[in-house]
Amino acid sequence: MSQSAAQPDPLNAALQDIDFSDPRMFQRNNWHGYFARLRDESPVHYQAESPFGPFWSVTRFADIVAVDSNFEDFSSEPTIVIGDLDDDMPLEQFIAMDPPKHDVQRKAVQSAVAPQNLAQMEALIRSRVADILDQLPVGETFDWVEKVSINLTTQMLATLFDFPFEERSKLTYWSDMATAAPEVSGGDADPEERQAALMDCLATFTRLWHERKGTERSSLDLISLLQKDPNTEDIVDKPMEYLGNLILLIVGGNDTTRNSATGGVLALNQNPGEYDKLRADQSLIPSMVSEIIRWQTPLAHMRRRATRDLELNGQQIKEGDKVVMWYMSGNRDERSIDNPNDFIIDRNNPRHHIAFGFGIHRCMGNRLAEMQLRILWEEIMQRFSHVEVIEEPRRVLSNFVNGYEELKVRVHPV
Amino acid sequence: MPKITLIEFNGTNHTIDADVGKSLMLNAIDNGVPGIDADCGGACACGTCHVFLNEDWLEAAGVANSLEDAMLCMRPDREEVSRLSCQIEITESMDGMTVRMPEYQM
Repeated sequence: MSQSAAQPDPLNAALQDIDFSDPRMFQRNNWHGYFARLRDESPVHYQAESPFGPFWSVTRFADIVAVDSNFEDFSSEPTIVIGDLDDDMPLEQFIAMDPPKHDVQRKAVQSAVAPQNLAQMEALIRSRVADILDQLPVGETFDWVEKVSINLTTQMLATLFDFPFEERSKLTYWSDMATAAPEVSGGDADPEERQAALMDCLATFTRLWHERKGTERSSLDLISLLQKDPNTEDIVDKPMEYLGNLILLIVGGNDTTRNSATGGVLALNQNPGEYDKLRADQSLIPSMVSEIIRWQTPLAHMRRRATRDLELNGQQIKEGDKVVMWYMSGNRDERSIDNPNDFIIDRNNPRHHIAFGFGIHRCMGNRLAEMQLRILWEEIMQRFSHVEVIEEPRRVLSNFVNGYEELKVRVHPV
Repeated sequence: MPKITLIEFNGTNHTIDADVGKSLMLNAIDNGVPGIDADCGGACACGTCHVFLNEDWLEAAGVANSLEDAMLCMRPDREEVSRLSCQIEITESMDGMTVRMPEYQM
């Protein structure tokens, strides 16, 4: 069961010998076979030992929807990743709260990403995307993750927070540090560096809070929204709650869209027939965006805790048990999605995927994510007939973030 | 078949002959009415089939359960007459009902 051991054979190993929390499955992108077996043989599966303690894996689409939409039996407290809370840094964030506190805090910031506000931002996002693409080195091999995906999402985050634009790379750094703790997601961040990064994040945003207090600002600025809402106007006095929600918004707007912005390039290169379809008909972009998000599923899981003894798909779950919903498995479940392992940009009903989660914790920024990716692809297709993948990507070591460190590409102008 | 009119945010009306026993959401989708996304497919789990009922029809449509209420709580544009259309089952008594659709689904 140790994660230093070799990975077991996905087809023939006994299920109890497989560690479904092993982050190498995601780094090596070989999770498909393991989780296909769980869906078929043990869809609600108990693993007694893991580096994160005992946990249940829920792997079928319908079972995930049932757990995700049942916030009374499946609590999001105290945290929503497989690893437990860091005692030195007990972040509090609304994604890891149950009603009623969850509802109050989410409502304070939700309107920032409501579609009527997004429409006002579209021109700004488009001009920033255009700048990013116009500066790409045509004729050279370069890293799409760095030059496009990170650049795009970091600029977006800086816009949403009205964060000093020239310092925006700090947002990405804090986001990476927040999710890369070994005890949280099996990542490889140094604990001291992580703590220092998060404290720097808190100090920076505390300063911004006080600078911003009492000034009139755009309603799109998340800090000002927190200040304006009576339920959160004092959140700066509760540092772990302020920091926790900042990290939630930063990670939520960063890792997710970043990795879908990379995953789309990879998926089209692996499926040249679909790339041809896109070249022939760019009105497919909105449906392709949903398909990219499903295919990538940038967050691999969310975890819950059972609040009582209950039965789920024939298994007896005890009060207090950790229950992990594997979203990337649900999105490959042929019981709910036709030909789930195929990337099909004109799929019927492409929005019917589980990457945003379901229930009250469903991704708040889902429309923003879709808009960013839609604009990105509209602008890519104006400029490049082919974003050509040059070598296999390097992937993130994490059982939570299903993403990329590097994707080497060349761009070919139209 | 009861006639139901769905009104887009821009004022465009869509009057459909609804199937009794099916949800308002499915009736809208099956008739190609724009403005209802229904990402979760009717599981009361995404909030993207939000509609506003006319007050005269609130009683006929019944009361939102606690899960629907929790999902509606996430909507910045919630009104007293807000419902998720996947949770409203069409009955003969709904003939003539009108519902408004929101500016956006999320």
